Amino acid sequence: MTITDTPPGGDTIAAPTETTSKLGDRIFGGISLGAGILILVTLAAVALFLFVEAWPTFGAEPSTFNESFSSYVAPLLFGTIWAAFLALLLALPLAVAVALFVSHYAPKRLAVSFGYFIDLLAAIPSVVFGLWGIAVLAPILSRSVYPWLEDNLGFLPFFAGPASTSGRTMMTVAVVLAVMILPIITAISREVFLQTPRLHEEASLALGATKWEMIRQAVLPYGRSGVISGAMLGLGRALGETMAVAIILSPANIITVNVISNQNPNTIAANIALKFPESAGLNVNRLIATGLVLFFVTFIVNALARRIANAGFSGADG
Amino acid sequence: MTLTEQRPAPTEPSSSITANRMTRVQVGAVGLVAVAVGALSWLSSGSPNWARWIVVTLVTYCVGIYIVARIVEGRRQALDRLMLALVTSAFALVVMPLASVIWTVIERGTNRFDAEFFTETMRGVTGEGGGIYHAIVGTLIVTGLATLMSVPFGLFTAIYLAEYGHGTKLAKAIQAMVDVMTGIPSIVAGLFAYAMFELIFGPGTRSGIAGAVALTVLMTPVVVRSSEEMLRLVPNELREASYALGVPKWKTIVKVVLPTAIAGIITGVVLAIARVIGETAPLLVTAGLAQGVNWNPFDGRMTTLPVFTYYQYVQPGVPPSNGQDRAWAAALVLIIIVMVLFTLARILAHVLKPKGLR
Repeated sequence: MTITDTPPGGDTIAAPTETTSKLGDRIFGGISLGAGILILVTLAAVALFLFVEAWPTFGAEPSTFNESFSSYVAPLLFGTIWAAFLALLLALPLAVAVALFVSHYAPKRLAVSFGYFIDLLAAIPSVVFGLWGIAVLAPILSRSVYPWLEDNLGFLPFFAGPASTSGRTMMTVAVVLAVMILPIITAISREVFLQTPRLHEEASLALGATKWEMIRQAVLPYGRSGVISGAMLGLGRALGETMAVAIILSPANIITVNVISNQNPNTIAANIALKFPESAGLNVNRLIATGLVLFFVTFIVNALARRIANAGFSGADG
Repeated sequence: MTLTEQRPAPTEPSSSITANRMTRVQVGAVGLVAVAVGALSWLSSGSPNWARWIVVTLVTYCVGIYIVARIVEGRRQALDRLMLALVTSAFALVVMPLASVIWTVIERGTNRFDAEFFTETMRGVTGEGGGIYHAIVGTLIVTGLATLMSVPFGLFTAIYLAEYGHGTKLAKAIQAMVDVMTGIPSIVAGLFAYAMFELIFGPGTRSGIAGAVALTVLMTPVVVRSSEEMLRLVPNELREASYALGVPKWKTIVKVVLPTAIAGIITGVVLAIARVIGETAPLLVTAGLAQGVNWNPFDGRMTTLPVFTYYQYVQPGVPPSNGQDRAWAAALVLIIIVMVLFTLARILAHVLKPKGLR
């Protein structure tokens, strides 16, 4: 509407106000440029402020804390990566399958509403997933799954037990995190699967391939880089996920791969959320220092994701 | 001649194409057997166990259809049927927990979904009663401030990226940094805001504005990305037509490019709000928790809905059921808000689209 509002004699607008227009252009362009630069400044400020606030931890008297910073952060770092890894392990195959279902198997009409449903789930607040995990999932798992795992697979270090009766274990956390990151990975995978060139698919089918063979030959290779970058984004979100872990996990200061006991390594983010409100002085600085570690870990994961995505898509375009 | 004679009735499975193919009835029979096996798995215990029923049914069906199809149709078709079954059961498996989340929140949230819940605060409340009035006020103020800061910030950055700096080194650097910002964990954004306000106002500061700054860090990259994408979708012909009429660049952007892209931009903003309105961790460390209404974002603690939900659940008081009921009801309110924002985004995207592009 506004487009057609421009009067036919457009030059009457520009000509008399040429100097002000140039000024206007300069101001408008300047504001845009400033906003862009402010992005860089903000990111630098995030790193800088965190660093300044974290610094007193390293300069503190050795007697202030019982342990050095590295031995404080090591179990937390392990817990963070371990939980995110398990969540990705559970979520990735399911997410790819669901994305395939929505993009290639489900009836077109249903597929749209499924897609909408999945997008909506990506926006459900993590605190809600946390409540559900502790109130619904944990009792189910601790009643019917963990005892079975301990009895039948107890020889594996992962299920060594003793099985938790409250269900506040690393495995419950991993399942909840998997449910949370599933919509993200699914959404991105679905997008790339849908972009598979129709000619590739039809060529494969014309050669007599079954539907699954067509998907394996045409869809999956085309979407591989998209799936990987989606997985990395999901991993990034799982690494930084705070509230669900803080609500569900029963933490201890240890490093273990046992996923069904009450003694679990905490994650960096959950540790901050649990301790921050009651902390003061150098304890706050130490928590911020762990936050800085988390920042770098997610930074690396996201950089890898972007590199994979860029490499993959440029190849697909060409 | 011979061809037409040999062609059988469509239902008869004897032509070369339909030979050795399972009929729908056969597939259905395998499905029914699977459901029966699933039912058997809990019948011995007496009480229906829905989750086990569904899981056992799906596993049995996958194994069964593969074996039957392998015998009747051959290896390739069997694999095809197995993958169809696997992909579909993966979908069913994923829908189960997600449906369970929504169902649980609705079921438990309605215990306290009454008028008092929306008009009372938690001041002086120890047992029954109490409400989320203060938390709603806090959420509106904090999210509103974050939107006020991040929309101009994000929109102008997007304008720079799409209109001014396209292809320059600076634009590429900004784009990369926007990607990095998208990946900042929410708690780290909260710590950043806390650190900034602590350095300015002294240790232990908690305020609504700090929460808004934290949310701005999370929201801006989302706004930038969606707006930039929308600006790029505006056809270049429109810009060129405007330039040809002698309209300066900034006026072209304001009068031509933005109105064309406005539907997508507003949709993106609404979705960004939906994303940050449920953020708990950054507000936990910046805005904190208060029992009463605080209208001033620059002074003192300010409760928001997600933080309220968290504390009501982990510190429910005695007896715990009161606090937990409040937590579930607040979670229900959160989910409703997110759903309303989502639907709103859909409607706006449709209504605001310029007529020519609808």
